[in-house]
Amino acid sequence: MLSFNVLVLVCLIYASFLFLVAFWAEKRAERGRLGWLRSPVIYTLSLSIYCTAWTFYGAVGYAARSGLEFVTIYLGPTLVVIGWWWVLRKLVRIGRTQRITSVADLISSRYGKSTTLGVLVTLLAVIGTTPYIALQLQSVALSFAVFGLNDPSGLVITDLNRTALWVAGGLALFTVLFGTRNLDANERHHGVVTAIALEAVVKIVALVSVGVFVVWGVSDGLEGMLERIDASPIAQQDIIGTRWVAITFLSAAAFLTLPRMFQVLVVENAEERHLFTAGWAFPLYLFGMSLFVIPIAVAGLDFLPAGSNPDMFVLTLPLAFEQHTLATLSFLGGFSSATSMVIVAAIALSTMVSNHVVMPIWLSSRKDGATVSGDVRSVVLLARRLSIFGVLSLGYFYFRLSGGSEALASIGTISFTGVAQVLPAMIGGIFWRGATRIGAIGGVLTGFAIWAYAMFLPSFGEAAGFTQTFLAEGPFGFGWLRAQALFGVEGVDPVVHAVCWSLALNTLVFTVGSLLSFPNPVERLQGAQFVNVFEHTGTTRGWSQGTAEAEDLLMMAQRILGPTEAQRLFQLSAAEQGKGGYLPDTTPQFLERLEREMAGSVGAATAHAMLGQLVGGATVSVQDLMAVADETAQIMEYSSQLETKSEELARAARQLREANEKLTALSIQKDAFLSQISHELRTPMTSIRAFSEILRDGGASGDMDAQSLEHFSGIIHDEARRLTRLLDDLLDLSVLENGQVSLNWTRTNLNTVIGRAVQAAGQAGDAPMLTIRRNEVGEHIAIETDADRLAQVFINLIANARKYCDAEAPVLTITARRLGNDAVQIDFIDNGAGIPRDKQAMIFEKFSRLTDHAKAGGAGLGLAICREIMTNLSGSISYLPGQGGTAFRIDMPRKRLRTRTK
Amino acid sequence: MAERRAPLYLARRSYRRRRLTDALRLLPVLMGVLWLLPLLWGGPGTENPTGEGSRAVIHVFAIWGLGIIAAIIISRALVVGEHDVDGEETRDDGRT
Repeated sequence: MLSFNVLVLVCLIYASFLFLVAFWAEKRAERGRLGWLRSPVIYTLSLSIYCTAWTFYGAVGYAARSGLEFVTIYLGPTLVVIGWWWVLRKLVRIGRTQRITSVADLISSRYGKSTTLGVLVTLLAVIGTTPYIALQLQSVALSFAVFGLNDPSGLVITDLNRTALWVAGGLALFTVLFGTRNLDANERHHGVVTAIALEAVVKIVALVSVGVFVVWGVSDGLEGMLERIDASPIAQQDIIGTRWVAITFLSAAAFLTLPRMFQVLVVENAEERHLFTAGWAFPLYLFGMSLFVIPIAVAGLDFLPAGSNPDMFVLTLPLAFEQHTLATLSFLGGFSSATSMVIVAAIALSTMVSNHVVMPIWLSSRKDGATVSGDVRSVVLLARRLSIFGVLSLGYFYFRLSGGSEALASIGTISFTGVAQVLPAMIGGIFWRGATRIGAIGGVLTGFAIWAYAMFLPSFGEAAGFTQTFLAEGPFGFGWLRAQALFGVEGVDPVVHAVCWSLALNTLVFTVGSLLSFPNPVERLQGAQFVNVFEHTGTTRGWSQGTAEAEDLLMMAQRILGPTEAQRLFQLSAAEQGKGGYLPDTTPQFLERLEREMAGSVGAATAHAMLGQLVGGATVSVQDLMAVADETAQIMEYSSQLETKSEELARAARQLREANEKLTALSIQKDAFLSQISHELRTPMTSIRAFSEILRDGGASGDMDAQSLEHFSGIIHDEARRLTRLLDDLLDLSVLENGQVSLNWTRTNLNTVIGRAVQAAGQAGDAPMLTIRRNEVGEHIAIETDADRLAQVFINLIANARKYCDAEAPVLTITARRLGNDAVQIDFIDNGAGIPRDKQAMIFEKFSRLTDHAKAGGAGLGLAICREIMTNLSGSISYLPGQGGTAFRIDMPRKRLRTRTK
Repeated sequence: MAERRAPLYLARRSYRRRRLTDALRLLPVLMGVLWLLPLLWGGPGTENPTGEGSRAVIHVFAIWGLGIIAAIIISRALVVGEHDVDGEETRDDGRT
């Protein structure tokens, strides 16, 4: 007998291997070297989470009880995937263009970003999935027990509950580690996907191995197996027509609407082209998973003692024939099936719960809305992590409460029927522009209610009040309300009964509700975008111009997308509008784009609401909307050409306007500078002339003492030095500008350079004490640069903060970080008043100075020199708005860029 | 809107490509219908159960296998075609 301890060990090794693989994939993804990790093969394998432990163990049990009918569970998805051109292609395209994060997000987004629908679908998904998670926990616990019961010497006691608890805990840990690494739920979870792809391989290899062993090891090849099938009771089972059709349809529907399937099908899809491969490869996978189910079931009934649990044949057959390696493999296959399903389901559900339940509540609980300070990202991430634990605990408690194998046996179809209630709203939403929010809410609620009454609650039996008499006579004696014979439809199989009634009435209410109601403008916009996703990939306008300040938007976006991401987005948008810096004009296009990016993190409804708070509800005029939503296609084509042209003009005008502003300001400043510089030059000149005259006269008369002599000549020397420094600066700048400077490229540590700069910029005179905050650990980055020149830039920035920061207790924060492999970013942020918007464009120009008096004592060349140095070092320096003080950002490459320095 | 913008007649290649997608769309319909056939075999009034035991098993898996082979052939042809003609995508934009 296989030792139970060995099995536990193998299982632990396997689990740690999965952690390693996930970790390795994440690392590779971070370095941007994904390669085959984003191939269609991985995509196809990840779809295999459709095959859970219910498939791995349950399919054989199903076949042993009901014959060929088990296969309908796989026929439905096969039809959907082979016919991917119908629905899947559209779903994937919509998911990508609208940055959809979950089924709930799809539905809510389609029907006018409705929060109600989001919550409703989320609830449905949680209720429908929890029993399914319980089922997975049970199957792992049971498979442990199969081994444990046979081995009393085991170190671990085979307590079902305890095993399930350990498994649930481990899965929660894995999911939190790899499922919530980044906030953007729309990004792929490379670690998770790679791990479940590996598990997919283990699953199919295990099941096929057992099958091959049964056909060629136990029976006498194919011929013998066929005879055996004909002789077994399985072949004597009738195929029940209604069930055959209903379950095929149900599995097809569930394949599209199950949260975990939507997650891998749409959200984790890296490229639409992968569907070309998955279109035949996934049916092939299902084919492989189903091929040996009947042979295994037949052999199990033939060889194992009567009364053995058919759900465990996959495990007990190899054990009965003393095939220990095979049994272990088979055990790992079952373990893989259960764990991969639970992981993806937990990720999908936690995304829904955090985006559609927690975030709206959190947002409305804040009176000042989205503009409060603090990091929203941490709230979302925390919500997501807690939801994962919540979902798994729910599954565990359901397992504890239901406590038995029998209650869970039929939970697969019940769960499928529950989530399939989303189908009418989903299919209607992507193919019919007339589908409305009212219709969708009504349909989902109706379907949900009938499902709960006719299928879900009766599965609890007496505990939920569904006693035999109740089922036979109906509530209050109303015969037509009997749970399993609604409206007098008797003698139908309960599953077929529930599926037909719930989906039929759901569709009816959805359709009638949609026909009778009128959609609001946002719904009509979204509807047109979803249904015609292939026609215009461009976006429609949802926001009107300019009520929100770009700087406020940046502050909010930073807290949701993270500073780096948000700043990149803003910079990019500004560049597209032909502007420099971080603040683009708040055009409708820009707002639309920002909202979509944010929707990728917090869901469409929340993103819309947050943006709405800032933009102030002045979203769109009705005319604006109708222009887009109405069927004025001919005009649109013509106007889109005009629009492109006028956009070009607008961009050129913006550039010109900026240039003009700069020039005007420059010429004013230049005049000021000329008088400034002549003043700067004349003051020392005057004193030099005066004192040298004194010296000359004193030397002539010979009555000057040594002390005065030293004093006067000292003054002359100092003033001459000041002049030299000023001229040096001017010279330096002109050399840098012409690119004639020779740089001394060396490899050095960024920390050393910053350290040197901080020291050199030392404390000066009576200025208030400037505290410098650094994160020395993050600064240790090896760079190739001209250390002296770089230090010069740092010294200048620190000196500026010292001079201009007007806070009571000035603090300068220096942060350095690596961006990817080849770039470094250093921020200098102080807590002063910052630089007013109208001055931000000017500060890097030479001769510019914010305060016109000579408080600082320089000539306004410092930042200009900094900018020229950074350009020469192939980097850049820019002003970073929205940081609560004056903030400068330095971007530079980590290594010398040969091409540019040539 | 799509109909109005789409061209009425297509070059030979894009025409072929459209028919391939038609085939891909119809394949699941054909498979679905064929999978219903076993319901007509045997049953009450005959000696055999509905589906006639192993005959239905072989039938279902044979259709499955053939369907997969057909899907492979069609999608290969579509992928190859995609390099020559940028058919479907441009057609959807209405600019072909």
